[in-house]
Amino acid sequence: MRFEGTKSYVATDDLKVAVNAAALLRRPLLVKGEPGTGKTVLAEEVAKAMGAPLITWNIKSTTKAHQGLYEYDAVARLRDGQLGDERVHDIKNYIKKGKLWEAFESPVLPVLLIDEIDKADIEFPNDLLQELDRMSFDVYETHETISAKERPIIIITSNNEKELPDAFLRRCFFHYIKFPDRDTMQAIVDVHFPGIQKILVSKAMDIFYEVRDVPGLKKKPSTSELLDWLKLLLSEDMPLDVLQNKDPTKAIPPLHGALLKNEQDVMLFERLAFMSRRQG
Amino acid sequence: MFLNFLDELRAAGIKASLKEHLMLLEALDKEVIDRTPEQFYFLSRAVYVKDEGLLDRFDQVFNKVFKGLLTEFGTNPVDIPADWLRAVAEKFLTPEEMAAIESLGSWDDIMDTLKKRLEEQQERHEGGNKWIGTGGTSPFGHGGYNPEGVRIGGESKHKRALKVWEKREFQNLDNTRELGTRNIKIALRRLRKFARQGAAEELDIKATIDGTARQGWLDIHMRPERRNAIKVLLFLDVGGSMDPFIKLVEELFSAATSEFKNLEFFYFHNCLYEGVWKDNKRRYSERTPTWEVLHKFPHDYKVVFVGDAAMSPYEISHPGGSVEHFNEEAGAVWMHRVANTYPATVWLNPTPEQHWTYSQSTKIIKDLVNDRMYPLTLEGLDDAMRELTRKH
Repeated sequence: MRFEGTKSYVATDDLKVAVNAAALLRRPLLVKGEPGTGKTVLAEEVAKAMGAPLITWNIKSTTKAHQGLYEYDAVARLRDGQLGDERVHDIKNYIKKGKLWEAFESPVLPVLLIDEIDKADIEFPNDLLQELDRMSFDVYETHETISAKERPIIIITSNNEKELPDAFLRRCFFHYIKFPDRDTMQAIVDVHFPGIQKILVSKAMDIFYEVRDVPGLKKKPSTSELLDWLKLLLSEDMPLDVLQNKDPTKAIPPLHGALLKNEQDVMLFERLAFMSRRQG
Repeated sequence: MFLNFLDELRAAGIKASLKEHLMLLEALDKEVIDRTPEQFYFLSRAVYVKDEGLLDRFDQVFNKVFKGLLTEFGTNPVDIPADWLRAVAEKFLTPEEMAAIESLGSWDDIMDTLKKRLEEQQERHEGGNKWIGTGGTSPFGHGGYNPEGVRIGGESKHKRALKVWEKREFQNLDNTRELGTRNIKIALRRLRKFARQGAAEELDIKATIDGTARQGWLDIHMRPERRNAIKVLLFLDVGGSMDPFIKLVEELFSAATSEFKNLEFFYFHNCLYEGVWKDNKRRYSERTPTWEVLHKFPHDYKVVFVGDAAMSPYEISHPGGSVEHFNEEAGAVWMHRVANTYPATVWLNPTPEQHWTYSQSTKIIKDLVNDRMYPLTLEGLDDAMRELTRKH
């Protein structure tokens, strides 16, 4: 069971090694990288390649570690007790399973994605140390111990908004998804748009890397933006010469909305266009 | 096994521990990788490095430890005619000759020169020391000797072509931060004072039991969750002598904005005068009068100045002393007003503490904030936060 990339996902050699190490040793894999380089998609593709179900736990700023284990709804039980509901006698009726519990109990080996762990409170990763290490936890209300039948494959993504504690990092494999170079990017585009005109792609990629090289951009466009932009260019049936005739007075690429997501960046491009008009 | 590697990593400041080392050995034992040097490099990188900022340093250490031990692998073919590169001759060089070969410079220089040579050169070449071909001492081609050579096709004989880790692709990510934002946040946590504010979200057990006992039926009481109620006014010195500390101050600022809901910040230059500003680009057009700040924010705000306090003493003590404009009242007067309005005031100074005594202005400012000047280090930050939480 080795991960070699899939038909719809181009994995570099170093990424394959990291995924395989995490899958074989059953240690969490922490994935970082610029937004839009395919961190979340990686988990989906690993699950697809291994034929495993994917369990996704999306982390928000309000997420607490124990919500991944279970939640006990004491208020509902109190209310049911008041109304004389039969359910009240079994405390299990009021325990809601979390994503980690789900992953531990899954009949087939699952892939658990903990998405954007850096969104949570600074103590969140520390609160999960034991659970990720031993892959088991206690339910105090029912005096049960839930332990994983088989240690799930865990992929954790982070956008670097907060730094993660050392103790947590020590337990993970780490991979930093570097922004793809031109060849890898070409492979990615080929996978997503088979049969697209070669010349269109190469023109579009020229423009794309030029846009990325403009200093001072607030948000550099990434892989997912390039793919969206190509999709737009295709659906608009953009004539090739629009891309080919590089008119310096039109510094903004056509359908730039897909590439530039920030009005300051669009303004920067307009200013550049204005300056080159004045020089010309 | 590989203990030497671990030692070198730790010496280079990569905080790898025994735990990671055992993980690497376990992975090797379970045959995660085919036994090629490249795969081993990828695996050990995934195990040891947990911060993209350290990837470049890891590449350097890896190169240092395994240099000459690993066999050649992989090729880096460039589109040039194959018959140029068929190995025909190899020059045998003495060590002295080898030492005499001058390196062309960095990787980028070599690649640039390579591009130029490829354009210039039109025919097959053997021997010699400039053109691309085989057996020569030019940095390009293969089978020859040059310490920084780039191998084009063929097999390496002296094993000097740049490998993956030698390319040092992560160079621009390296950062030697002294204070990570995480550490700053932990230090700022000292300033937390929780109070119940906002919408009712949490079950108040005590009030619920009390209410239920009084009413005879279940009477649920909710109460707002606890939030950090500390209010902070941050004054940041910008420009001039503060330029070397921009990164440090940015980190402090980013940690502070995410830690405090009630944080107001203003910029000033060198010393506080009658006006401050919020946007450094519009520092002259959009100033906020300092009086307005003093009136607007109640005295329970905690005030934190960040600045190096390095200036001419006149800029503090005399009206008109400011380097940027004519100030009607001396900076000292304004500092007094702030210290009197807000009992909890501290000054954080990014210059090392042992240098403070050399600057007269630093001493004056320190007096003006009642001796509450702290260095911008974790320890200093901790002391400053302790001072701010003290009852005033």
